[in-house]
Amino acid sequence: MVLERLMHMIRKEFIQVFRNPKMRAIVLVMPLIQSMVFGYAVTTDVKNVPTAIYDQAETPESRDLIDRFIHSGYFSVKTIIRSDREIDELLDNGEVAAVLRIPSDFSAKIASGSTAAVQIIVDGTDSNTAGVVLSYAGNIIRNDAIELMQKQIGNQDWEPLGVNLQTRAWFNENLTSRNFYVPGVIAAIVMLVTLLLTSMSVVREKEMGTMEQIVVTPIKPIEFILGKTMPSIILGFVNMIFVTLISVFWFDIPVRGSLMTLFIANGFYLMTTIGIGLFISTISDTQQQAMMSTFFFFLPALLLSGFMFPIANMPEVVQAFTYFNPLRYFLIIIRGVFLKGVGVTILWPQILALFILGTFVLTLSVKKFRKNLA
Amino acid sequence: MLVSNNSEYAVTVKDLEKRFGSFQAVNKVSFQVRRGEIFGFLGPNGAGKSTTMRMLCGIIIPTAGEATVNGFDVFHQAEQIKNHIGYMSQKFSLYEDLTVEENIDFYSGIYQIPMVEKKNRKDWVVKMAGLDEHRNSLTAILPGGWRQRLALGCALLHKPPVIFLDEPTSGVDPISRRSFWELIYQLAAEGITVFVTTHYMDEAEYCDRLAMIYRGELVAIGTPDELKVKYMNNDVLNLECLDPFGALQAVNGIPEIREAALFGRGLHLAVNDASSSIPIIIKALQERKLVYTRLEKIIPSLEDVFVSIIESRDSSAGL
Repeated sequence: MVLERLMHMIRKEFIQVFRNPKMRAIVLVMPLIQSMVFGYAVTTDVKNVPTAIYDQAETPESRDLIDRFIHSGYFSVKTIIRSDREIDELLDNGEVAAVLRIPSDFSAKIASGSTAAVQIIVDGTDSNTAGVVLSYAGNIIRNDAIELMQKQIGNQDWEPLGVNLQTRAWFNENLTSRNFYVPGVIAAIVMLVTLLLTSMSVVREKEMGTMEQIVVTPIKPIEFILGKTMPSIILGFVNMIFVTLISVFWFDIPVRGSLMTLFIANGFYLMTTIGIGLFISTISDTQQQAMMSTFFFFLPALLLSGFMFPIANMPEVVQAFTYFNPLRYFLIIIRGVFLKGVGVTILWPQILALFILGTFVLTLSVKKFRKNLA
Repeated sequence: MLVSNNSEYAVTVKDLEKRFGSFQAVNKVSFQVRRGEIFGFLGPNGAGKSTTMRMLCGIIIPTAGEATVNGFDVFHQAEQIKNHIGYMSQKFSLYEDLTVEENIDFYSGIYQIPMVEKKNRKDWVVKMAGLDEHRNSLTAILPGGWRQRLALGCALLHKPPVIFLDEPTSGVDPISRRSFWELIYQLAAEGITVFVTTHYMDEAEYCDRLAMIYRGELVAIGTPDELKVKYMNNDVLNLECLDPFGALQAVNGIPEIREAALFGRGLHLAVNDASSSIPIIIKALQERKLVYTRLEKIIPSLEDVFVSIIESRDSSAGL
């Protein structure tokens, strides 16, 4: 291998990447947009649920209960309604996602010492959100009931008999979904950027006919392959650092573990993505095909990685597939390092899996690539 | 580097074969190219021109036979071959998104031109391609003729003793073609061996020697003049007249005429023997009261030769 030739390959690749507006956008703008989207827009936290109030009782007790809903922060009252008919209309056109209905006999029943009923109707279209809304509403009503009871028996310290659940969420105390998603963006971005860079830069040479000129020069296949992949590796690391900085300094995501672990794991992770990128370049003749193939791989890889949906919830057959998905392992590592602060002692199985997968994919792709080059 | 091999021949090919599966792309081709010669490789598309050239450049490995380029064996010394040849293809194969200088720098690096020579070589290429004012222009915006000269310059950076040009002037305007060939003459004068494929017949005339390849086989080889004498079985007559269409109809039924084609303001007639055919043709024209201004035997063009060779090949193959 001749270092001079390799350096000239790498230099040329960098010039080309940064001179091409599309590639420049992929490398520089996409990571920023993705982190912003996942930091701000993609959130499964349920807040400010648009709510309609149907207060048929209109008593101090009913207004108390409504106040509790408003002050919880989870519900935002959009409208006060006066008839059943309006419920249908509001839910149908999606103006509200929840309706709180307090029957006219609410206070009378409380006064008489019997159980008063309250109805909450939610839009169940989005089952996740609906579930969360219901549990919030349940908590508010339970606290209201306890306070009513305390007033009635004149004992401020009264608590209902039975089991009282004390909850605590480790690693992400406030259950902020941003803390879960933003570190994941690092893994997704690094994969997408390096897949595209690697496959496009090789296929561009085929498409433009420059490959024909390159193969008659004394350049060796290994110099060509390294020249094509080194920029992807470097930019893969740059992107990782870039999104990490955004996460930490912009979104206040905690980093509790060692960044060294993350760096090493990122290196192995890049072996897999660059291997796949090279493979795509061997099966594509045009940049458009390479782009299609990249997304054909990337989208399922993202969905079957635990990036958004837990792998444990997937059917077993599908779960088996995820073992071949490098993103799956890197996500565990990233979240482990960021949120749990665990290191190699805990994460070694994932790191090892990435190393094995990376070696395998890269060897196979390089072999196939060299064969295609000849 | 020019005298790294003292043999008289820059390229030797013996019984070279290339099969792709069951398709015989090149079939037992043999020829030799002398040093400093402009050697033309002529043939229709798909005849095996490019495949032969690619084997000689060390890009693909031949199925059978022997071949050397600058003394290096194509089977075992592909690496050395690549260091001693320049290659330029019909398609512009430099980086369009790099500037003129960046392209030259890149290939200087790939060919490991020594540091002290780099600047000289770069200036030489820029000057040769006439791109002094466009050193920092992207090659994408250069006109076709300039690009071809730049591509040739990059292929010559490392002063290769042999250069391979694969249809170098296709898609280039006639004036640029002319000046490109002047460049090729200069290179040959400096002792560089030029191996060029083409399907322009006028370009073929510029070559010192020509090989015609058809269906993977070498069907003729020699200087352009040799080919016209040796491989032309017919005489060609030039008939100039006022009414070429009428003349074409008049001569159509004459058995001695093997082929008649409109050519400018007259006809080209292929006949077995000129002297015996001329009176017959004159008679046929007079019968129809057609006026002709000239009827004479001419030296056939390479195109006539090429068509004649292919037709005799096809008819002997029963096609």
